[in-house]
Amino acid sequence: MLLLTCPNCGVTAEESEFHQGGEAHLRRAGPGSPDDAFEGYLFTRRNPHGVHFERWRHVFGCGKWFHAARCTATLEVFGTYPAQTTEPPADIVAAIRAKRPDWEGFR
Amino acid sequence: MSTRLATGGRLIDRSARRRFTFDGRAHEGYAGDTLASALLAGGHTLLGRSFKYHRPRGLVASGAEEPNALVGLGAGARFEPNQRATTTELFDGLQAVSQNAWPSLDWDVGVVNNAFARFLPAGFYYKMFMHPRPLWKHLFEPFIRRSAGLGRAPSERDADRYEHFYAFCDVLVVGGGIAGLQAALAAGRAGARVILLEQTAHWGGRSPVDGVRIDGGPAEAWINAAVQELDGMENVTLRPRTMGAGVYDHGYVLGYERVGDHDPAAEVPRHRLWRIRAARLITATGALERPLSFAGNDVPGVMLASAVRDYVVNWAVSPGDRTVVVTNNDDAYRTALALKSAGLEVPAILDARPRAEGELPEMARAHGIRVETGKGVAKVRGGRHVTAVGVCAQAGEGAVLEEIACDAVAMSGGWSPVVHLWSHCGGKLEWDAAQALFRPDPDRAPTGHDGHPFVATAGAASGALQADRAMADADENMKNVLQGIGRKSPSRKPPKVESAEEAPLAPVWQMPQGAGPALRAKMWLDYQNDVKVSDVRLAAQEGYESVEHTKRYTTLGMATDQGKLSNINGLATLSQALHEEIPQVGTTTFRPPYTPISMAAIAGEARGPVFQPLRRTPMHEWHEANGADWEPVGQWRRPYCYRRAGESRRDAVHREVRNTRNALGLLDASTLGKIMVSGPDAERFIDMLYTGKMSTLKPGKCRYGLMCDENGFLMDDGVCARLDERSFLCHTTSGGAERIHGWMEDWLQCEWWDWQVHVVNLTEQFAQVAVVGPNARNLLERLGGIDVSKETLPFMAWTEGTLGGFRARVFRISFSGELSFEIAVPASEGRAFWERLVEAGEGFGAMPYGTEALHVMRAEKGFIMIGDETDGTIIPQDLGLDWAISKKKEDFLGKRGMERVNMTSPDRWKLVGLETLDGSVLPDGAHAPAEGLNANGQRNTQGRVTSTYYSPTLGRGIAMALVHRGPERMGETIAFNVPGRTPVKAKIVEPVFYDPKGERQNV
Repeated sequence: MLLLTCPNCGVTAEESEFHQGGEAHLRRAGPGSPDDAFEGYLFTRRNPHGVHFERWRHVFGCGKWFHAARCTATLEVFGTYPAQTTEPPADIVAAIRAKRPDWEGFR
Repeated sequence: MSTRLATGGRLIDRSARRRFTFDGRAHEGYAGDTLASALLAGGHTLLGRSFKYHRPRGLVASGAEEPNALVGLGAGARFEPNQRATTTELFDGLQAVSQNAWPSLDWDVGVVNNAFARFLPAGFYYKMFMHPRPLWKHLFEPFIRRSAGLGRAPSERDADRYEHFYAFCDVLVVGGGIAGLQAALAAGRAGARVILLEQTAHWGGRSPVDGVRIDGGPAEAWINAAVQELDGMENVTLRPRTMGAGVYDHGYVLGYERVGDHDPAAEVPRHRLWRIRAARLITATGALERPLSFAGNDVPGVMLASAVRDYVVNWAVSPGDRTVVVTNNDDAYRTALALKSAGLEVPAILDARPRAEGELPEMARAHGIRVETGKGVAKVRGGRHVTAVGVCAQAGEGAVLEEIACDAVAMSGGWSPVVHLWSHCGGKLEWDAAQALFRPDPDRAPTGHDGHPFVATAGAASGALQADRAMADADENMKNVLQGIGRKSPSRKPPKVESAEEAPLAPVWQMPQGAGPALRAKMWLDYQNDVKVSDVRLAAQEGYESVEHTKRYTTLGMATDQGKLSNINGLATLSQALHEEIPQVGTTTFRPPYTPISMAAIAGEARGPVFQPLRRTPMHEWHEANGADWEPVGQWRRPYCYRRAGESRRDAVHREVRNTRNALGLLDASTLGKIMVSGPDAERFIDMLYTGKMSTLKPGKCRYGLMCDENGFLMDDGVCARLDERSFLCHTTSGGAERIHGWMEDWLQCEWWDWQVHVVNLTEQFAQVAVVGPNARNLLERLGGIDVSKETLPFMAWTEGTLGGFRARVFRISFSGELSFEIAVPASEGRAFWERLVEAGEGFGAMPYGTEALHVMRAEKGFIMIGDETDGTIIPQDLGLDWAISKKKEDFLGKRGMERVNMTSPDRWKLVGLETLDGSVLPDGAHAPAEGLNANGQRNTQGRVTSTYYSPTLGRGIAMALVHRGPERMGETIAFNVPGRTPVKAKIVEPVFYDPKGERQNV
């Protein structure tokens, strides 16, 4: 059971206090988008063995959504950050680079 | 035969007798006995029958690794099967029964399997039952069902109490042997919060039995002092009888405390599950001795050397008068010495190594024990008990050189560190060729949330088997751990441990090394699942190269003991058969729990009424007092109907429907979701949520709306009321309120975070009552207050004010087709308001009605219900709700999804009504078959029933259904399959059965 820190309220809590919301930083494909873009938005998800960005909601706490940068292989958490962003912030990217020099980077 | 010795026994108290029964017969033991030691003391060497061949089996081990001695414990509501006799502490009145034997343990008919053993090899089930198919049903399955399975499942509800504890610590030490105690002492002295778990009731592990000396005295003295010091530390929690069961992500560890098992009369929970978050975990879990693979190594009386020693030293039980020791290492000589000093005979020590000249073998020789090097056991004589062993050269093929009469055999194939907890969360192992064991690789430890290792090992669990090395290992590893968490470790030297120096073992995976097929078919690897050396070799021969596949093919290590004794021997056998090195073959995965834990401990307090929270509306108690039959709706309880004296549920529902249609019905609609959406961008947001254009709604008005997910699938519906220019009140389904609230939050927080909108779930802030029926307006006028006339409050309008003195919002909406008002009052006033309605309604024929009447009336009107007409794959267009989808809006959630080819296809199943030709009620979910077969050879279908009721209003069965191109087929008759009956014919009609023009609600 993971330990995560909510960047909104600062609480570090057990996984059961949160809800997982799948891959982070998806780009919505709305009306008028081509089929493949829509398919990608709706169905295609990364499943990396390594660095991954995920959506979480502090559902039994402050109720806010946030993002976590996490290693799916070792379960190491590189950092959590607010959901109001379209890409991982620089400090998170730096934290990942420091721990995983071989990381191919975000997208 | 086995018996109790006249003196000795460090764990028993001869002054405290304990009476118990085994298979109904009375026995006696002492306080401090385990069930195993007491049975063995009573001469019971036959304790069970094996799983597959029903071979007689006795004790092999003395602890948690015991594969054979499984019994049923207790009776009635306290019966529990598959309990290990070796870990069951004896108490007065204990009842135990043997398992897997019929009609009795001594005379078991299942043993016939043994005679057919050569027809039941590895993979037997996989191969045998493929063909011919009919034999499976009539022959194989009944046979397997009768002969398979261990204990019987309990038949009564568990009478005991269980609980969960939550705990947090800096250092969790699992294992209370000398290494664990030393680790806990070091951490405790450094000021860390420490929890120390020990699975048995005793501290100190093997050291006292093995004659280890610490700081110049017997190990016991040091152990007692250590426990006393730990007990005195406020930062240390000691927990005996508590097993470290499993290790999970980020330092989460489950402990399993057997609080009341040894004393059922005590008023305590039986088991306690510890949910521990530890910054660092130290596994001081010791090591398990391995059996040797020789023919007949499963005959009762053949035991692990360490177990023989335990029974003699701990419980003063002699497993036999004459014990032959067979070994590949020095440690087993301790058993010979312990037997000798208890006055028992050791006819010979058979040592597979060519030479044995260490300290312990020399001591054995000095005690006059015959030591035969380069020798092994060719076979064991005896059926239900050992009578002799045949001695052979280990290097040979098993020619018997000599027979030695004996009634017990103590075997040792070396030791394997208990690496389970290390491995549970990803710790890797390395092969130590010198000691022939897998040990934790400290460079590849499980890592935590910060990427740092959070598990370390101490003592024998590290592979440091000899006591002095174990102590040094514990001390050194603990220092590193403390440093890692920023604690200064005390500068004391570790205690001085004296233990005989042991010479290296010689790996022996088969005895003798050249044994042929006949002997290999009698060499047991996994006692509990009856897997032999021959089975693993067969698997290898048939191409099973991966140890994980071999495990599943042979069932090696898959029994309740999870292969504690068999895994290493099994994979060594596989590696030999494959001509590969052991580390190349690797181990199977270690999974929690370490030994089985009770299901009830996992559930803890969460059973019965506290299994999950119960949500009650403000009127809940009134319903309860007035005959409500409850129906669970999510976590709510809603009245299904209110039964009167002499009424069936069906009668009650029909009365409620008729009364509501003809006079007046009252429905507690408080569970309905009520979510307020408010802010400058509320219009924009609400238009994204609903498929329709909700922003054009004027304050004071209501509109029915649909919410879809991005697939376009309908997920919720309800009436939206515009409160003011910047606020909407969205009514959702009862079960959907939390989900829809979360859905809104998700979009606002994660996609449109620049929009100025906030949403609040007000569901529990209001009590809501639907006042329904021709007399509805009369009742509200009787209460007085708000003007509810048709002109002031037309259909689909709402207003607020006071009603009979209650602050109220009145929504003129209808889910029944009748004149209907839904009235929301503050939750705290809900009960009083409801009672006022009931009282004032008496003269108008008011009756409460439940959810079933609600369902019947909405179906009569053809209104859809989320979860009945929808199943997560239905788009609004399937339900004829095209009118509720805006064509003008550029975007809304689900719009793009609905544009996909499959969603716009004319071949979709669409909503229709059904009238059975005979007036009967179709079963829910009935399918209508169509011509032809699908790709899987199954009959094609053309429709299914989604809602079906007897309509008391129409006096006949009505149904709603999704039918292929349904609306184009009005008037057509199709047949629905009904189990056990001839297909029922139904005519496709419009889904609105009652008052299609809506005249009744618009008055």
